[in-house]
Amino acid sequence: MRFWNEYDPRRFRDLRREMDRVFADLDRPRSTAFPPVNIHADENGLEVTAEIPGADPSVLEISALHDSLTIRGELPTMADEEGHTWHRRERRSGPFSRTIQLPYQIDAGSVDASCRDGVLRISLKRPEQDIPRRIEVKAS
Amino acid sequence: MSKTDTSKTESSLSKREAALPEGVESTHAGPEYLPSTDIYETEDHVVIVADLPGVGPDNVDIALERNLLTLRGRVEQNPPSGDRLPYSEYEIGDCVRSFRLTGEIDRDRIEARTKNGILTVTLPKVGAASRRIEVTTE
Repeated sequence: MRFWNEYDPRRFRDLRREMDRVFADLDRPRSTAFPPVNIHADENGLEVTAEIPGADPSVLEISALHDSLTIRGELPTMADEEGHTWHRRERRSGPFSRTIQLPYQIDAGSVDASCRDGVLRISLKRPEQDIPRRIEVKAS
Repeated sequence: MSKTDTSKTESSLSKREAALPEGVESTHAGPEYLPSTDIYETEDHVVIVADLPGVGPDNVDIALERNLLTLRGRVEQNPPSGDRLPYSEYEIGDCVRSFRLTGEIDRDRIEARTKNGILTVTLPKVGAASRRIEVTTE
């Protein structure tokens, strides 16, 4: 605990630094859910990618319905064995589940997912009838 | 084992950029991030486990220079097609992290393997077996 002299300007310096650090990241959408995703979209469909290092692809569950996508899986947990001294423990472990809201409805029957080196890639197509049609404007 | 970076470990949502020594630049354009790492020690080994998503076994580089162990993972940037509306919660970039080893590591027997984007480096301690001295009682 630090006790500042009431009129000491230094008490604000640390707070300001802390706030700067928080706001420095705000140009990027923030989510507390795991895994963080990147979504690339055009009119025909979406591609969602996520980093899930260590996740076993064979127990991943991907499901899609209307305009939501659910990713469920498990990251390996290191057993806390006898005689292990931990110096760093930064990695995430255990089960995870996330449902993501997509910008539009997709065709749940045409979802394609692959996972390699801990990177999950999901391709989702838009139903044919939803793809916007370009209307030609005739000049008269 | 002492560390070369002093950043606090926390479950941060954004990747931490790797810091280079003052005045040093990376030769390629992209950012470099510190991979999340677990380190534990047993009687015989020190084990480093690092998350390197998107890095295959051919793209891992482990260098040991004097006492400095540097782990580096190169990511193949494969931007998907359809970039009209990118929504991005995480950055993609190469990973690098260095650790200063203590003298007790047997450098010749360091092993590394990768699986599903996780790199495990096993560092055997020098003479761990031979240090056990039998004590007999009269």
